[in-house]
Amino acid sequence: MSVRSSLLPAGTPRAAFWMVVLNESRIARRMPLGLLVGVVLPTVVLVIIGSEAKNRVHLKVLGGLTTFNAYVPIFLAMVIAALAFYGLPIPLAIYRDQGILRRLSATPVPPAWVLAAQLVLNASFAVAEVILLLVVAMTGFGIAAPRSVGGLVLALSLTIAGVFAIGLWVSAIARQRTAGILAAVCFFPLMFFAGLFLPRAEMPRPLLDVSNLTPLGAAVQAIQSALLSGFPPIAPLLVLPVYAVVFSVLAVRFFRWE
Amino acid sequence: MNARTGTEGQAVEVLHLRKSYGDTVAVDDVSFAVAEGEIFGLLGPNGAGKTTTIECALGFRSSDSGSVRVMGLNPAEDAEQLHLIVGAQLQASALPGLLKVGEILGLYRSFYPHPADAAELVRVLGLAGKLKKYYISLSGGQKQRLSIALALIGQPKIAMLDEMTTGLDPQARRDTWDLVEGVRDRGATIVLVTHYMEEAERLCDRVALIDRGRVVAIGTPAGLAQRACGGQRVRFVPSRAFPDCLLTELPEVRAVEQHGQQVVVTGAQDLVNAVILTLARVGITAGDVQVESATLEDAFLQLTGRHLHNGGTVTRP
Repeated sequence: MSVRSSLLPAGTPRAAFWMVVLNESRIARRMPLGLLVGVVLPTVVLVIIGSEAKNRVHLKVLGGLTTFNAYVPIFLAMVIAALAFYGLPIPLAIYRDQGILRRLSATPVPPAWVLAAQLVLNASFAVAEVILLLVVAMTGFGIAAPRSVGGLVLALSLTIAGVFAIGLWVSAIARQRTAGILAAVCFFPLMFFAGLFLPRAEMPRPLLDVSNLTPLGAAVQAIQSALLSGFPPIAPLLVLPVYAVVFSVLAVRFFRWE
Repeated sequence: MNARTGTEGQAVEVLHLRKSYGDTVAVDDVSFAVAEGEIFGLLGPNGAGKTTTIECALGFRSSDSGSVRVMGLNPAEDAEQLHLIVGAQLQASALPGLLKVGEILGLYRSFYPHPADAAELVRVLGLAGKLKKYYISLSGGQKQRLSIALALIGQPKIAMLDEMTTGLDPQARRDTWDLVEGVRDRGATIVLVTHYMEEAERLCDRVALIDRGRVVAIGTPAGLAQRACGGQRVRFVPSRAFPDCLLTELPEVRAVEQHGQQVVVTGAQDLVNAVILTLARVGITAGDVQVESATLEDAFLQLTGRHLHNGGTVTRP
């Protein structure tokens, strides 16, 4: 199939894009895998962690943080990762394998609009859930307001850009039956480096060095410092855009419409 | 809009189209032209190259050689403009299972600047009671009818319909034929891919018979049948036996076969009168007379030595 030259075909009504977004949101509501893994699960688990008194004790091993404190940035990263790795690629793989993108290719709407609609939708879910988690943590469990709001917005934006680019690449290569496996292969190792199973404060130095270079490790590093200390260090703010650029290029290069 | 370089009045022009996938030649050499306002059929057995031809005309595939123009546009380069004016019904395509029929119609309707009246399409295609059903829960025939609706919902100048009535029951098939004729009557051009001879005979102004990636013949359904096989075939049971030469010396008769009691005579279009008059003159009456006109199926068999339906036998009596 020929690659569409333009994302903005001259004669196609622009309102059609929002119709695509509307219908993708209907599908996301009816098959809420991304919403469950990316929105409901992190909220519930964070509340469970916060409800245990021992998780609100300041620990020397965490550099004086409480366990709950340490997990807030990890969960913020996890929300973004779940939506990028599960919410985005699984519907697109289904659309490709079932011929839904093929059908769309015969209309004036570029199939890339479906991709864009999925990005818009999942990024919106990510932003909403990030705000929800921060509100729950601050009002329910007494977390202090972020030390650098600008730094936090920047860190979260770069995290969304970097991690969603990887999700796009997964969307480009996944088939219907491999999408779930590929999502897990990306999600769990990257969440390990984010500190989900072993907080970064407890990681040995070489492991932490690797973690700093992974997208979710860099994300947690930047988010945590914006929350607790101030404007994030420059290193993670450079790591994340590199992932954004490299994987966007790979995604465009390898995307198949059928 | 690009300059129109096609011949004026031609909706589709395909010239020496060739397309292979690896070692398999799907389309060897296909040429045809479809006039504006025409219902044109591509008729041939499965694997003849019909779908690949349509896919090249829709800009889904680029040809190895030859040229395709659709309303003056090159499908490989001007796909976006093309899809504003061409409605397609495709094989191997689907819609999101978790959307409802009404939602899908609304979605596809929003893609076009001057969409058709969805309620009218839905009524004619018998989908009115299904608007709230999920696509995934539709039967094969209902999915097929929805895909026809989507091909027509943009009020296309050309509709390309690939095996549109496959999976439909006879009544739905006839309703669909009426719908397609109605679309043509408001000025659209229809390109129809089919392996149903009845559909081509009923609907098409002209037909291209395609076999093994090549056009075998192009003409009106009646003209093709006539050209390949002459006119009629008459079967009857005579009141008594008679020598073949009684009929073979008639100018209208091409062949006489006797199968037990039954006699089968083939020949020109006005065969039946000549045969019955001649027999009457010698006091023979013809009982149980059946007259068959030659069909596209006969024409295809005559021209290619093969049946339209792969491996099958002739479906006509």
